[in-house]
Amino acid sequence: MKYDIILSGVGGQGVLSLAAVIATAAAKAGYRVRQSEVHGMAQRGGAVMAHMRIADGEIYSDLIGQGTADMVLSMEPLESLRYLKWLSPEGVVVTSTNPVKNIPNYPDEDELKAELDKLKSKRLVDDKSLASEAGSSRAGNMVIVGAAASSLPLSMDDLKAAVEDLFSRKGEKIVEVNYKALDLGSQIA
Amino acid sequence: MSEYVVLGDEAVALGAVHGGVSSCYGYPGTPSTEIMEYLLEYSEKKGSPFACWSSNEKTALEEALGTSFAGKRAIVTMKHVGLNVAADAFMNGALLDIRGGLVVVVADDPGMHSSQNEQDTRFYADFAKIPLLEPVNQQQAYDMTREAFDLSEKMGCPVILRLVTRLSHSRAAIATAAPREENPINKAPNKMDWMLLPANARRRWDSLLGRQKDMIAYSEESSVNTLVMNESNSDRAVITAGLGYNYYKENEAELTDKPSHLHIGVYPLPEEKIKKIAAQVKELIILEEGYPLIERMIGGLLPRDLKITGKLDNIVPLQGELNPDNIRPALGLAPKESAALASMELAGRPPQLCKGCPHIDTYTVIKEVQAELGEESTVTSDIGCYALGALPPLSVPETIICMGASITSAKGSAEAGLKNVMAVIGDSTFLHSGLTGLVDCVASGTDVTIIIVDNETTAMTGGQTTILPSSRLENVVRGIGVEPDHVVTIPAHRKFHDENKDRLKKELAYKGVSVIIAVRECIETARKKNK
Ligand code: SF4
Repeated sequence: MKYDIILSGVGGQGVLSLAAVIATAAAKAGYRVRQSEVHGMAQRGGAVMAHMRIADGEIYSDLIGQGTADMVLSMEPLESLRYLKWLSPEGVVVTSTNPVKNIPNYPDEDELKAELDKLKSKRLVDDKSLASEAGSSRAGNMVIVGAAASSLPLSMDDLKAAVEDLFSRKGEKIVEVNYKALDLGSQIA
Repeated sequence: MSEYVVLGDEAVALGAVHGGVSSCYGYPGTPSTEIMEYLLEYSEKKGSPFACWSSNEKTALEEALGTSFAGKRAIVTMKHVGLNVAADAFMNGALLDIRGGLVVVVADDPGMHSSQNEQDTRFYADFAKIPLLEPVNQQQAYDMTREAFDLSEKMGCPVILRLVTRLSHSRAAIATAAPREENPINKAPNKMDWMLLPANARRRWDSLLGRQKDMIAYSEESSVNTLVMNESNSDRAVITAGLGYNYYKENEAELTDKPSHLHIGVYPLPEEKIKKIAAQVKELIILEEGYPLIERMIGGLLPRDLKITGKLDNIVPLQGELNPDNIRPALGLAPKESAALASMELAGRPPQLCKGCPHIDTYTVIKEVQAELGEESTVTSDIGCYALGALPPLSVPETIICMGASITSAKGSAEAGLKNVMAVIGDSTFLHSGLTGLVDCVASGTDVTIIIVDNETTAMTGGQTTILPSSRLENVVRGIGVEPDHVVTIPAHRKFHDENKDRLKKELAYKGVSVIIAVRECIETARKKNK
């Protein structure tokens, strides 16, 4: 088994904390995980990308080869389109539909929507509204993980155990909100 | 044995701790920063080893040499260009009689993710004639750091551990081994071996050259430098170095007749192994992360009619980092199909200054003053977040070269006749290598206006505490001899925009050295503190 994910978003969106949940869950499920991150200059509001590789055998490369990723998981719609070169023709795109418009030439939203519609396999997630439904505007990244869950080689229990691990020191309430966010995300087809 | 999930950088830090390190020094620089961050945190929790940031890479390396002089183990960490700053201490340190293991960790940044060049540290190891170890994964990063201390004591010289961005910032699980005790104090026995007067230095250089054969023998026997022979394939063989190994292994399954494969992670080069793998093939493919060092060095070892496929003929790209895809042409493999859509041109999203960043307010002042001046003006800048002011809409700086060069290049420009020359430099960069430039300006009485953008932190690398508190900067500047009337601290906030503009105009009008310290804390650092 191997499952390769390209994670993308805009610096400051918390792409790495989203990655941490999946990585922790995969480790709990007994898999090997390797995750390449972006630190330094690119983090300042620029496009960020991370490679996450999950496997039950040896993982050699930190980077995923082009055309071989199983999923692009994105916290921002424009960013979800940036790394399709890495996605295998059978792969799925799971992305937030809420734009981060911190550049002057951000594309027209209809044009962007049309482009996303062209993707063969996709799940488009309005993480903002589902997060507030879950009880915190900051739980958007858990909604996105939830939306990805059915394609990941991980169970909802693995993911919830990871949430518990990572958020328990912030209190029970936060854990509950994130559980709910995962659940709401997982209902998106 | 315990399991840890760590970044490559953190694996190095843990390897140092378990390898009995006593002192740790460094200057922040992507992608090396997390090594010291881990060590500082560890040291704070456990009380040892000693760990601190230094003013720059040169002072860090010299401090580490002092620890080694006392017989204890020391580690010093920096990014690749940091070794240029430390080069004097580094090249001369190679000649000393090292008894307390000294490991110089240098993180290269091929692809320049967060750097101004992509120089390859392996050349420095060859230049100084000392060993270099290069891990390909987190486990090796841990193991090799421990090995590097032992090797340093065995060969009696410093050892380089070379990392690259993709390993420094990649996370995986490692298994650790039983920790080793720190060395006891044991001062170098013969001071003649630590005083590089010409007579001693000649003797030390002779000794270092004499040890080269031991280093080559070590590399020849190293289990990292693995040679896997497949004698049935007489067409081609592969040499990998650094992360070239990972990308080759990633593709290896697609090769029908597996070529013989030599991996090199321990330098100097294992010449016999190279001769052996080259002897029976027509083509040697070299996949090395960095410059074509192996490719250039092995020419003399090989039969003349051997075809070499690598970076020199640009079949493997000469620029940027390797990846699983760009080595495929050298292996004769076609690119893979992907889900990419052919249609829309995507707008780029370069990094930018955070919303509310104090540098924005300072650059806005500079920009408006420039517009109102009615005569030519020049702005030099430096290495740090404020370099991002070079991008639109601000687009203020005209030069960004290397740490500290804003002040000195401003001096040279003013002396060549440019008018209204302003140098923009951060507090941490100023203390790293701007101080000496300011001394030069004061000594020559140059007409420059230096703007220290003091955000009270080293922001670009994640908010390390600046080596001296912000409150002392003004006194430091005065102490160097800038006229007291022309040293001024201003708040870097748009609320004071008009006052700040007036002050900048006044200092530009003054024909001498002015220093304006524009203070406001980085909002990222402030946010973290409030968490
Ligand atoms: S990290 Fe701090 S100094 Fe850097 S851009 Fe953001 S606010 Fe400005």
